[in-house]
Amino acid sequence: MNRFRLSNLLPVGIFVAIATTMAFGLQRDPKVIPSMLLDRPIPKFELPALSAKQPGINSAKFGPEGLVLVNVFASWCSSCRYEHPFLMNVAKDSRFKFVGMAWKDTPDHANEYLSTFGNPYSAIGVDESGRTGIDLGVSGVPETFVVDRGGRVRLRVPGPMTPEIWKAEIEPIILAAAKSP
Amino acid sequence: MKFFQNVFAVSAVLIFIASQAFAVLPDEVLKDPALEARARVISQDLRCLVCQNQSIDDSNAPLAKDLRVIVRERLSSGDTNEQVFGYVVSRYGNYVLLKPPLQTDTLLLWASPFIMLVIALSVAIVYLRRRPELEASDGIDPDEPTPTNDLKVD
Amino acid sequence: MIAELGHFALLLALMTSIVQATLPLYGAQRADRGLMALGSYAGVCSFVLVAISFACLAYSFVISDFSVLLVAANSQIAKPLIYKITGVWANHEGSMMLWVLILVLFAAAISIFGVNLPETLKARVLAIQGMIASAFLAFVIFTSNPFIRLANPPADGNGMNPILQDPGLAIHPPCLYVGYVGFSVAFAFAVAALLEGKVDAAWARWVRPWVLVAWCFLTMGITLGSFWAYYILGWGGWWFWDPVENVSFMPWLAGTALLHSALVVERRHALVGWTILLAILTFSLSLIGTFVVRSGVLTSVHSFAEDPARGLFILMIIIAATGGALVLYALRIPTVKGGAPFATVSRESSLLLNNVLLVVAAATVFIGTFYPLFIDLIGKDKISIGPPFYNRTFIPLFIPLLLSMVIGPFLKWKRDDLKPIMDKLSWPMRIAMVAVVLVVVMTFGKQIGTALGLGIAAWIIAGSIWVMIRRVKLGEVPFDQSLSLMKSTPRAYYGLLLAHMGLGFVVGAITGVTSWQQENILSMKINQTTEVGGYKITLKDVAQVPGPNYDAERGTFQITYNERPLTVMSAERRFYPLQKVQTNQTGIRTNLISNVYIALGEADNSGGWTVRLYYHPLAPWLWIGGFTMALGGFVSLSDRRLRVGVPKLSRRPVPTKTIAATT
Repeated sequence: MNRFRLSNLLPVGIFVAIATTMAFGLQRDPKVIPSMLLDRPIPKFELPALSAKQPGINSAKFGPEGLVLVNVFASWCSSCRYEHPFLMNVAKDSRFKFVGMAWKDTPDHANEYLSTFGNPYSAIGVDESGRTGIDLGVSGVPETFVVDRGGRVRLRVPGPMTPEIWKAEIEPIILAAAKSP
Repeated sequence: MKFFQNVFAVSAVLIFIASQAFAVLPDEVLKDPALEARARVISQDLRCLVCQNQSIDDSNAPLAKDLRVIVRERLSSGDTNEQVFGYVVSRYGNYVLLKPPLQTDTLLLWASPFIMLVIALSVAIVYLRRRPELEASDGIDPDEPTPTNDLKVD
Repeated sequence: MIAELGHFALLLALMTSIVQATLPLYGAQRADRGLMALGSYAGVCSFVLVAISFACLAYSFVISDFSVLLVAANSQIAKPLIYKITGVWANHEGSMMLWVLILVLFAAAISIFGVNLPETLKARVLAIQGMIASAFLAFVIFTSNPFIRLANPPADGNGMNPILQDPGLAIHPPCLYVGYVGFSVAFAFAVAALLEGKVDAAWARWVRPWVLVAWCFLTMGITLGSFWAYYILGWGGWWFWDPVENVSFMPWLAGTALLHSALVVERRHALVGWTILLAILTFSLSLIGTFVVRSGVLTSVHSFAEDPARGLFILMIIIAATGGALVLYALRIPTVKGGAPFATVSRESSLLLNNVLLVVAAATVFIGTFYPLFIDLIGKDKISIGPPFYNRTFIPLFIPLLLSMVIGPFLKWKRDDLKPIMDKLSWPMRIAMVAVVLVVVMTFGKQIGTALGLGIAAWIIAGSIWVMIRRVKLGEVPFDQSLSLMKSTPRAYYGLLLAHMGLGFVVGAITGVTSWQQENILSMKINQTTEVGGYKITLKDVAQVPGPNYDAERGTFQITYNERPLTVMSAERRFYPLQKVQTNQTGIRTNLISNVYIALGEADNSGGWTVRLYYHPLAPWLWIGGFTMALGGFVSLSDRRLRVGVPKLSRRPVPTKTIAATT
């Protein structure tokens, strides 16, 4: 009790460890969960077309057709409206196929949404029950998946797509895919 | 792995048996009571992904309802409890389990309460041993006033 | 105008707090009586200024001044007055104002009532409190300013989250904050003692009432929060191990340890180092709680708007306060004189065991709360830790504590023997055994866990009452002698009785509810009858009922028991059009032994409504127990021996007195 003991430093030491963890923790978002599909083959699914004008989705056809971007959206989702103008822009890019999936939405509502705000997709599937979304590990909209030539999921972007995310994460994949034949 | 889970479950006094409770809608309930009971237990251990901190059994959210229905479908088609958990985990990851899995990076988690108890008790014992020698004397009755205890008003 | 006044008062308060934080400390170092006394004046000044500031904010809410951003974001004209007032603290900025108000209130209380504190100690305590107040005032002013104005005030505000518009929610935060912030006093005393270089019995006698106050309010706050969750969320749950619940529970556990540890310092001048460490730990846990709720570091039902920048500020405060205190501890604790020795079996050592178990329990909750964060940082996995984890770890840890808490009060200080104690406790043991056997028989041997749980509850309740019975020698001496012993018993004993018994109630209630609750979820049409827990329940009517800022659908139910009509209950589902949020007002009928609980769901397609009915046996005792514990604390507070204005100790030698004559 009357000598300085190293053990008296233990509380400070433990505290320093805890404080450091908290400080790093501030930079993370606890709500974003990683996708289970990364570097795995895209699950098999087939979704009916939204209208006669465009085909539906068959995931077995991904891969051989080249790079595919799947954008999961819904007419009731406000963040989807936020990303929509940007999506209309990237739709013009021919280096990949841009496919839309209406999640937990009815064909009528999805049609209305797209005719009001524009249709960036070359094919659209309707997942009314939401089961396909669950198979993809979707927990909210919007989400965007990047599927490469081998049919593997390379990236999943949760939340609305922004130019920053596009430039930082998706562009590199597109460029790499363009290089290898 | 399972051994540890059993040890913990057994050594815990089973006061907190999985409580019957909470949020299933009437149209989801399975006809077979045994299957339904399993469904409830499994649902209580699955996290609602779009809520802040609830199980799918407790939650009103549409995604929670979808998962409740899926759990029942899998059970009805003959899956074991493990397989049902596996189905959901393969889609959403370990995050969806309210009981953290026992794996390498969670060993510390499960062992730490016991380890901390051992350490704390050891510290206490060392502290007791380091006390100066106590002369042979009787204990002090708590009701007897000690110098600090006496509050005679001047 | 008023908002500017409030803002100005806040800035002035920051200045007086800085003065309070620095000059008295310097004064104590130099034995400068003027500077030391300045601490008290600064303390009272800060309080008056913050009170003015808070009043200005409250005024802005009450008159619905939407030019103040906070009011526009959180209030609406149609809101009932009481919720306009409680809405002041139902948001981040306002709740921080409340936090700071209580902080400076405690400092002012020490300034005014601390007449008998040694000057240097008082100056140092006030200085530490001033430091904490300055830090949080700076936090409010620079990152969470409630007085920001809007250039174009809207005609009406955004309203308050409907879930918060509830009387239970009104008192829950202030109670909790008095608890959290109250532990700052113990913290300040601990750091001041380290600075002084000594801890004596007078110090402990000074600290204990403040720890008790904080503990009582924290107990009430947690109990209220649990009860509120029970009746508003509609699932009949009362504790979810949600991170924000956990961060209120951890200071409670550490605070309980602190309370008992301070007792040992006061009576026997032992466990000094532990007590100081616990005082630092408890307040640090309060600070971590504030951090967690406001930084977005953990997901929770409870979080205020998450802002990592604010989180960083609070983390800096925590590093300075806790880190500084712990460094000081390492450096100075060797100079603080050690305490009187005690044997391995003694009241001191049982309280040491109590400390150990409570701290490990708190550490377990801590690990469960923060491990997901840790895993996220070291790898790619994200995990969840929910009730299944805590049930398997916290409960086994807590059981030894529940068993030993009955034995402790019977042990003598310094040295005792276990065998005669166990003989003394033969009656509580018998009662506990009977309880276990009864339940085993009643449940045909199928629910051993329940039997053990109720046995433990009986052990605690009987053991607590037994303390009094032995003290007044009931049955051993003539009854009127017992009666006079009862009258002369210090209130602290009654406090112990109530507080420990309360915990016994809680243990019993948890066991009963978890083991025996019944549920019935079905679709009901008008005049349909169903049954739960032996009660027959008929849906009589579903009506649309408008409210001040909501529309409600109210179901009216007739309850019958044994063919006799008992009562009429109603359960509502409310929709708030402004926020587009739905809430539940469940119908609960209690006979104080069990609850019948009804929640009304949505109308379904077949002309009926989804109704959830529950029967919760022993549930009321959960909250009765919680409030009993708090009551025990308040009764202890009223003990004359704990009066804060206690005069200096008599220097005359103390003659030994018999028990009967002890006042």
